[in-house]
Amino acid sequence: MIGVGKIKQYSNVLDKPLSKGKQEVSLSAFAFLFSELVQYNQTQVDNIAELERRLEDAGYAVGARVLELLCHRDKGNRRETRLLGILSFVHSTVWKVLFGKVADSLEKGTEHEDEYMISEKELLVNKFISTPKDMGTFNCGAFVAGIVRGVLDSAGFPAVVTAHFVPMEGQQRPRTTILIKFAEEVLQREARLG
Amino acid sequence: MAAIYSLYIINKSGGLIFYKDYGSKGRMDTNDSLRVASLWHSMHAISQQLSPTTGCSGIELLEADTFDLHCFQSLTGTKFFVVCEPGTQHMEALLKVIYELYTDYVLKNPFYEMEMPIRCELFDVNLTQAIQKDRVVLLGR
Repeated sequence: MIGVGKIKQYSNVLDKPLSKGKQEVSLSAFAFLFSELVQYNQTQVDNIAELERRLEDAGYAVGARVLELLCHRDKGNRRETRLLGILSFVHSTVWKVLFGKVADSLEKGTEHEDEYMISEKELLVNKFISTPKDMGTFNCGAFVAGIVRGVLDSAGFPAVVTAHFVPMEGQQRPRTTILIKFAEEVLQREARLG
Repeated sequence: MAAIYSLYIINKSGGLIFYKDYGSKGRMDTNDSLRVASLWHSMHAISQQLSPTTGCSGIELLEADTFDLHCFQSLTGTKFFVVCEPGTQHMEALLKVIYELYTDYVLKNPFYEMEMPIRCELFDVNLTQAIQKDRVVLLGR
């Protein structure tokens, strides 16, 4: 029985391994909180573009923190330095921690070299949200786009990230695509690295 | 075959916030449906007061010659009721399912204003599915 149930004592709190934490939260609780976030921001703005920007900013703060946490927890304080590496980190590791699953797809834009797309059939934040017709192309996924921008920006890959509804053939509901457009310097650096 | 004629949702002050009819029987124009909604709201309140037993929560089922009306009131005072063919079974369960859809796709939607008419695409989609599923179950019997 020696050692069973004995908690190892660490002299320094920083030496303690970072716990994985509780992995899941209530979906309802999250949905209500997110709904309030959107409603609050709606009272603070007078146009839809502004609302989109505010949601994105809220997500940016989450993204910056998520990157730091995951690099420390999963990667031994290392982070990805290559374009494809960071993209697959967002697509799998970040998505899994935030939404409990890997994103449905990660594709390269066909028209532009600097564009990448992460698509979700049913984005978690949009699960209960019906966007009214008069709001046009507005997508609450702007929050998730902000998270992605936060992660990329903090990792040294500045990019413009936007969320769009994309109609799917044979599907009643459109899917959400997170469009990532990297800054020029990122591609130049990537080309130099070969 | 048992069938649902129409579905109503009324807010706590008796205003009609959702109305949908299924099939040709018992179809009503907008004014009539509003009238039925507020009439039912008052009748429900009166029935609570008139009940000889204490703690009565209002009429749950109204049986008429040509239709049954099943009503479910949520804790916040929102009432859901369906008008259906006499003798249709399992309507209480269906109303609970509809209430669940309401809490999910209406109350968690940031663009919905409380007590206002329900215009949520996801609610409509899921409601149609729930009613269809219910029909399949009924047909299967």
